[in-house]
Amino acid sequence: MTKHEHIVSSYEEELQSLNNKIAKMGGVAEELLGHSIDALEHRDPLLAERTIGDDKQVDELEREVEELAITMIARRQPMALDLRQIMAAIRISSDLERIGDLGKNIAKRALAVAEEDQPKRLVLGLKHIGEIALEQLKDVLDAYIERDADKALRVWYRDEEIDAMYNSIFRELLTYMMEDPRNIGFCTHLLFGAKNIERIGDHATNIAETIYYLVHGTPIPDERPKGDVTSTMPADMTHAAKSKPRKKSK
Amino acid sequence: MQVNLEARSVDRETAGVVMERPLVVEEATPPLKMTTTDVSVFYGDKQALFDVTLGIPDRSVTALIGPSGCGKSTYLRCLNRMNDVIEGCRVTGSIELDGEDVYSAAVDPVQLRARVGMVFQKPNPFPKSIFDNIAYGPRIHGLVSNKTDTEEIVVSSLQKAGLFEEVKDRLMEPGTGLSGGQQQRLCIARAIAVSPEVILMDEPCSSLDPIATARIEELIDELKENYCIVIVTHSMQQAARVSQRTAFFHLGILVEEGETTQIFTNPNDERTQDYITGRFG
Repeated sequence: MTKHEHIVSSYEEELQSLNNKIAKMGGVAEELLGHSIDALEHRDPLLAERTIGDDKQVDELEREVEELAITMIARRQPMALDLRQIMAAIRISSDLERIGDLGKNIAKRALAVAEEDQPKRLVLGLKHIGEIALEQLKDVLDAYIERDADKALRVWYRDEEIDAMYNSIFRELLTYMMEDPRNIGFCTHLLFGAKNIERIGDHATNIAETIYYLVHGTPIPDERPKGDVTSTMPADMTHAAKSKPRKKSK
Repeated sequence: MQVNLEARSVDRETAGVVMERPLVVEEATPPLKMTTTDVSVFYGDKQALFDVTLGIPDRSVTALIGPSGCGKSTYLRCLNRMNDVIEGCRVTGSIELDGEDVYSAAVDPVQLRARVGMVFQKPNPFPKSIFDNIAYGPRIHGLVSNKTDTEEIVVSSLQKAGLFEEVKDRLMEPGTGLSGGQQQRLCIARAIAVSPEVILMDEPCSSLDPIATARIEELIDELKENYCIVIVTHSMQQAARVSQRTAFFHLGILVEEGETTQIFTNPNDERTQDYITGRFG
């Protein structure tokens, strides 16, 4: 990273503005995700409604980032670090926009289950995975602001935790459904909610990869951790529940 | 109407295979045409270039970039001994063309400059006809012995420089009557006419409009198939567009040299980064 500023101060200001927009967008996405999980946990339709509305802000910010980035490419013909900063802003904003969408989807599910009165313990797993995802998002945004590639790398490695937790929630919810078929509707919503959170974790790792590239100019020299094994999990859960999750082998 | 969907999808696939052409072809770096080792240049007491060691690959474009006074033009002029004519200029270190020291006593600078041609910042056609501008070099170097040979060289040089179609009906008119971009291409044609192996270009587009610049860049792209080209340019974008390798000079020192894509996306040295992004203090 360079210590010096651009000779052209308006260029410097534009880069700063791009930075600020991403920071703001990250803040909104973080809040949106937190609210959507709260709304689902407490079955709070008002909070859910408000959260759904907040996604518009994220979309609007993504549009602004894209517009500014395109204008800068056209006007400044950025090179090296500047070019990487602009490309990173475009990619991160698109990840944040997806995070916003996934958060909105969780809030919609909170609306759908608002009338249900299943026991609270069913939601605990989702709440927990949500907390970790939020932490990941927060850390990766800090890493962006601080241009800290090591911090980004730690987020990248920690995604496995979310994947592992998603696998266990998947099993847990299936167990509840088998226990009592009246749980099926509610648990299905929770399952999709958990899947959304797992995807949010993936977007956080995408952002981590982008930050690493932004700082070093090279991709992370390692395979991305992938821990979600539910898509290959056998349907016979009585059998699967006893066996350990298998690592996907190439 | 019956549409055979299966046949169509096969067609599309075949078409895709034909149309797909990699934009960036990964090629091994061509062998070095020129190598310079520990080259230093002094103007009187003042040292302008400090121990520059750089290899210039054949059949490719090497761009020299850096702020004014960084030594890139000085370095370029060493390659065909144009510094010889500057009083008080002293060159140390070794400069080799195909392994042969260009500063050795056995080398005739005139012959050297026929092998290592040069195009300057401002187009400088001779005050002669377009035809004679090109024919001059081949004549003094004894490359042509009759009128037919001369005509052939003039036409093929103009064609290679992408100028022939524009001037074919007025070859006997003065070269100075052409537009700036055409004059520069005339100078390139003149440089090509003596069948050089290396072409040095010192900011060849700095006095040209964007269209003429694009034509020269297109020409450079074609010429690199057959020649070793070294270009000094102040336009970072131009260096990024036309060259395969880039060398960054600062205060007479070669700071960094590498593949153009690497230099402009991920330079190793902070000074390079600062310069190409417009942060130089």
